[in-house]
Amino acid sequence: MIHVSWLIPALPALAFPLIVFFGKRMPGKGAEIGIVAVAISFVMSLIVMGHFVANGNARPEEAGFTWFDLGGFSLQVSMFVDGLTAVMFCVVTFVSLCVQIYSTAYMHDDRRYTWYFAALSLFTTSMLNLVIANDLIQLLVGWELVGICSYVLVGHWWEDKVNSNAGIKAFITTKTGDIPFLFGIFTLIAATGTSNMHAINLGADQGAIGSGLLFAGALLLFGGAIGKSAQFPLHVWLPDAMAGPTPVSALIHAATMVAAGVYLVGRLFSVFVNAPHFVLLFVGIIAAITMAITALLAMVQDDVKRVLAYSTVSQLAYMVAGLSLPDAVGYTPGLFHLFTHAFFKALLFLAAGSVIHAVHSNNMSEMGGLRRRMPLTFGVFLIGAAALSGIPPLAGFWSKDEIISIAFKSHTYWLFAFTLATAVLTAFYMTRAVLLTFLGEYRGHAEPHEAPLAMAGPMVVLAALSCVAGFLGPTHLFAHWVHFFGEPFLIEPVDYGFAAISLVGAAAGIAVGYGLYRRWRDPDPLRKLGPAYTLLERKYYLDDIYERGLVRSIQYPMADAVDAVDRKVVDGAVNGVGLTARGLGGLLRYLQSGSVQRYAVFLFAGVVILALIFTRVT
Amino acid sequence: MIHLWLPLVFSAALFAIGVYGVLARRNAVLVLMSIELMLNAVNVNLVAFSKSVKTGIAAVGATAAAGQIFALFVITVAAAEIGIGLAIVILIYRNRESINVDEVNLLKW
Repeated sequence: MIHVSWLIPALPALAFPLIVFFGKRMPGKGAEIGIVAVAISFVMSLIVMGHFVANGNARPEEAGFTWFDLGGFSLQVSMFVDGLTAVMFCVVTFVSLCVQIYSTAYMHDDRRYTWYFAALSLFTTSMLNLVIANDLIQLLVGWELVGICSYVLVGHWWEDKVNSNAGIKAFITTKTGDIPFLFGIFTLIAATGTSNMHAINLGADQGAIGSGLLFAGALLLFGGAIGKSAQFPLHVWLPDAMAGPTPVSALIHAATMVAAGVYLVGRLFSVFVNAPHFVLLFVGIIAAITMAITALLAMVQDDVKRVLAYSTVSQLAYMVAGLSLPDAVGYTPGLFHLFTHAFFKALLFLAAGSVIHAVHSNNMSEMGGLRRRMPLTFGVFLIGAAALSGIPPLAGFWSKDEIISIAFKSHTYWLFAFTLATAVLTAFYMTRAVLLTFLGEYRGHAEPHEAPLAMAGPMVVLAALSCVAGFLGPTHLFAHWVHFFGEPFLIEPVDYGFAAISLVGAAAGIAVGYGLYRRWRDPDPLRKLGPAYTLLERKYYLDDIYERGLVRSIQYPMADAVDAVDRKVVDGAVNGVGLTARGLGGLLRYLQSGSVQRYAVFLFAGVVILALIFTRVT
Repeated sequence: MIHLWLPLVFSAALFAIGVYGVLARRNAVLVLMSIELMLNAVNVNLVAFSKSVKTGIAAVGATAAAGQIFALFVITVAAAEIGIGLAIVILIYRNRESINVDEVNLLKW
């Protein structure tokens, strides 16, 4: 079974053209093709996963064929399936399945319904290709494809300029990170002579790569992860990407695409571990900055999706922080958090989508009191929020706690402080979101109603998983499947002391949140913070700095230059060709008078000339 | 037996008159007649040469009589050509009430 793992990305890839060409004629307008394809992929992912569940030290499956040769360098289409790959398969296909089923109800009357499902299939296959790839170039193909799909899906309702702008922003910001990423790939290929990631990892482990090249390669690769996984300073695209349909936010901006950066670091972990220590320190610093500033931003958002978006950035930073811990101790906890986070963040987004679907607004100031009208949505949202805040025994508690305690145990105290503080903030803003959305009096105008079955089903399943997925951590099952290869996996007993500390932190956050937002108050009580609140509201002026400092200073001169080139060079060439032809034609026109006799004159003149020439020659 | 130059000069004069007629006359019937003159000038040449040469040109498989036979072909073709030419002239006259070749300037673009 594991030998045909390549079928897992192949099936949604097949679904994409089928939906595009035949979707509109199908009874379900193409949705069923995507759902069936990803469902089969999911079942296969489970079987592949089962292989690693049965035997944690099962050898990774490697296969591939040559795509093309470039001199001495051959590019392969290949697969590398180990425990991490299998876990990612399950997460991606499962969340994609949930999101597609949910979307059949959420996107019900959308004008580009079929295209939407086609794009979801394309996205799923791109992500799976990224996951399965054993070749850096193949990974890059998947990497860029998810970027394009994100652009397409964020701008799905492109009739609104805001939405298409958000799509462009998402695309260009991640692309900014892709430039160092590309050079990182070049560096590694130059250093090892191969683009095979397994070979690169082995080379890094055996010290076959010079430390200078390893340093540059790792740092540049992390640049790509900063863009894709929305780390500071390129995190600005993710909140804006909330302009897309909510199920898309659940799929792309919570569970899969943004996980690509973290996955990349995990996949090429040998490169990072063996690089000079500064690299991992740098990764840790970026993660610490990101998790703190975005958690603060999440506190002041009114748009419920933006709260979740900032919390996603913050949680991704947790994963990156876990990976950055010295001696690879945080490898498994970091990826474990990636695993659990996928479930409860997808759940939170789907629940938020259900609320938005019901009240026709993203703003929490127009919600409130939905507990009674949408009890099921309230229940699952509460589970998701509790999981995210780290309340035992839900999923987020175990994974987050592992990162916090391992940070302390590896003597990275500053990172420990950041993760703990962020845990408090997380609990605070999630409490605020729950209270503003579901408690108090209803402040909106539309008539809220409970989610239909197609939406409720995936939410309930995800909620159930958010409850139980965490137990893979303390029982070491996850560590058994996913561990840093080459080293025996660590069995760290759960340290209840640290669990208590993080639980106290979460409780403090919840208590403060409850105290402030128990009753709806306008304006927001946090406004009393004064200038600090303004700073948060303006997102640290980062967008303004980018807009004024970078975008305009580059955009306007560049636009002028492009305009000048277009007018003078391109248009000039086109017009020049036209004018030349016209001038020559004007001259030749006099020859073609239409008078037969004049033509006859030319004919005879030609004969005379030829006669002269021939007599000369002979 | 007359000298070869006599028919050659005659044929050259005939051809020159024909060329003048084709290039300079405006009446389409006269143009056609001038074409006939040119063709017949060629015929005179062919017959004259065929009489003056003793042997044919073996390389192209031509006997000494080839010139005369060729002249017969030219006369046939000229008859066909004048038939078509006059038919065209009649059509032009029907359409335009004129057979002035200056006014027939459609042979462009």
